[in-house]
Amino acid sequence: MKCGHCGTENQTGTAICNNCGQPLDNKNETKLLNMRYDGAAIRSKTRNKSFVDKVWNFFSSVKIGVTLIAIALIASALGTVYPQQMYIPPTVNPSEYYEQEYGITGLIYYQLGFHELYSSWWYMLIIALIGISIFIVSIDRGVPLYKALKNQNPKRHPSFIKRQKLLSHTVHVTQEEKEQFIERLKKKRYKIYEKDGHILAEKGRFSRWGPYVNHFGLIVFLIGTLLRFVPGMYVDEFLWIREGDTAVIPATNQEYYIENHDFIMDIYGQDEEDEKFADALEQTGSLVPKNFQTDVTIYKDDAKDVVGAQPELQEVQSGSIRVNQPIKVAGLTLYQDSYQQNEFQSMSFKLHEVEDSDEVAIAELTVDLTDPNKEYQFDNGYTIMLNEYFPDYTMENGVPRSQTNFPRNPGFVFFVYPPGETDPEVSFLAIGQNIPGDETNNYKLSLTGFDVRDVSGLSVKKDLTLPIVAIGAIIFLIGVVQGMYWPHRRMWIHPQENELLIACHTNKNWYGLTKEFEKLTDGTPIANVVDQETDTEMEPDK
Amino acid sequence: MDKINAANVKKRRKKRNRFIFRTVILCVLFGALVFAIVSNLKEDSKAVDVGDKAPNFELPQVRNVEGEVLQLSDLEGKGVMLNFWATYCEPCEKEMPYMESLYPEYKERGVEIVAVSVDATELVIQNFVDRYDLTFPILHDNRSAVLDHYGVIPLPTSYFIDENGVVVERVIGELTLEKLEGYLQQIEPS
Repeated sequence: MKCGHCGTENQTGTAICNNCGQPLDNKNETKLLNMRYDGAAIRSKTRNKSFVDKVWNFFSSVKIGVTLIAIALIASALGTVYPQQMYIPPTVNPSEYYEQEYGITGLIYYQLGFHELYSSWWYMLIIALIGISIFIVSIDRGVPLYKALKNQNPKRHPSFIKRQKLLSHTVHVTQEEKEQFIERLKKKRYKIYEKDGHILAEKGRFSRWGPYVNHFGLIVFLIGTLLRFVPGMYVDEFLWIREGDTAVIPATNQEYYIENHDFIMDIYGQDEEDEKFADALEQTGSLVPKNFQTDVTIYKDDAKDVVGAQPELQEVQSGSIRVNQPIKVAGLTLYQDSYQQNEFQSMSFKLHEVEDSDEVAIAELTVDLTDPNKEYQFDNGYTIMLNEYFPDYTMENGVPRSQTNFPRNPGFVFFVYPPGETDPEVSFLAIGQNIPGDETNNYKLSLTGFDVRDVSGLSVKKDLTLPIVAIGAIIFLIGVVQGMYWPHRRMWIHPQENELLIACHTNKNWYGLTKEFEKLTDGTPIANVVDQETDTEMEPDK
Repeated sequence: MDKINAANVKKRRKKRNRFIFRTVILCVLFGALVFAIVSNLKEDSKAVDVGDKAPNFELPQVRNVEGEVLQLSDLEGKGVMLNFWATYCEPCEKEMPYMESLYPEYKERGVEIVAVSVDATELVIQNFVDRYDLTFPILHDNRSAVLDHYGVIPLPTSYFIDENGVVVERVIGELTLEKLEGYLQQIEPS
């Protein structure tokens, strides 16, 4: 596109000549010029033929970007209608759960995959497409705008000046008055560019980069979230560990182990210091926890043997993990997260005669529920065999079995061999149950005590993407501030014979610009600006 | 004419540069997109799967002499059925007799059955083995180290590994006698 006035070759789609400012949109005979992107051609508006150009133009459309954001918003909202899969009980089958709980809508919800929406491939696809759209839109508009603002010609075509929104038209202005005005502009930190007596005064150009800085921040943010998928960047695991046990720390390639020495839960009101809270505690009426703590030792396995082999543990560090006071090991952070108190660890029994009302012990035994023995022999000739052990006992179709691995409700079948006997007496014991195998049993086993232990739940976390996400968020905010709190103001001073035309443009706060213009021209014959959109003179003190 | 030519050359060069620029940017962006989605899908299947080399491991045997361990690599050259199970798991209990019934025949034909229990205590495994008269090696993974390493979540899960140590089939859930026999035939060394 050739400019009819100065002959400069402009890119197709240019609205205002890059060089002289002659409007090129001759078809638009509106009074005011469209100053978007300073009249520069948006790159995608240029003619395109190749596939790459078509893809590029698709994503450079703001309409497409807004549509994608709308879809993402609607989908995100729908994902909150029913709980996500991670929040339903882990033991239930999701394919049945949603229908049972929420009826037909629940079934549809499940079948459309909304139950794990935020990690579904199509949700990620939409978010990624938004990222691509932001990126391309920014390049497509940012680069031409940058070029247009970098190469501004102070000398503009009169029709450019006359078609600006704010125009001041003064018939006679002396050179001194004009210079006084320019001096004031400089004091107001305007930059002055001059060509052939034509002057461009400009300030706050950097605010125009705000949206692009802001988009760049968003892209950094998205890259940060993408990096979560890079191995070694992000870990979010969980570990249950019983007191006295040593377990592998997840995500360490079986290299690090952790031993739980003790789990401690303190409650308010147990020491003298807490007396000042006595009233508050009484009002609450329930226990108020003060401290959750796991005392641990961390080991490193030096054996580097095959998986499952006995590790050679070397102590790395010992300490306490408390809420908000994690322990760090091998780049991982271990936080106190959950607990289960009072899991059975061992149970003690005594053997006595059924008829004996004093229940004098013939033999006493303790069964370690973490590693029970099969046979217990006593000096007085008695032998007790632990024939069956059910850690989490339940009856199913008349047959006893264990529901889980954990000693939550232990059940035992004991065989008692009195001295010299080869036929045992059978007893079944569980919590609240003591059933003799036979009515004629002479001996009875009774529970005399038990030990419990606590289970501590630790979350194992690592997130190297956080600094990148934080930088992205900071850049985003800088962009917002940059674009929001500074206006980009320009004034073109256009001498015409003995007249002086001054056109003003800003990207925001037109009122502020007219006020500034008033102040700058105060005491000079330069006329106030007229808003050509509404054809009103911007009068002082209004 | 020269001027027009020069302008055309400039235009063409500009066009070419633009094409290269756009192609590169689009490739990078779509590359990142594909990476994100593929890694997200992979996240769900960290487990050892068909076609993978079965990772080696070492675990103590339950029934045999105290302290005797078995390494998967000891069984190189044989087909191996690797079954993850626990005594409290009902479907595991149902398929155990099928495994036992086929074991002697397939052992002759070079297929070993190895069952890895994740029970907490050896006693319950011992009792279970005695009740079903199991003769194939039973290993005890009391720390779930091998279970985690293989990425196994539901029990039972069975891997069928050929004589080269490559996983030929992975079955999640209970096996029937017919299916089990079919899989065992698949991993019979040739």
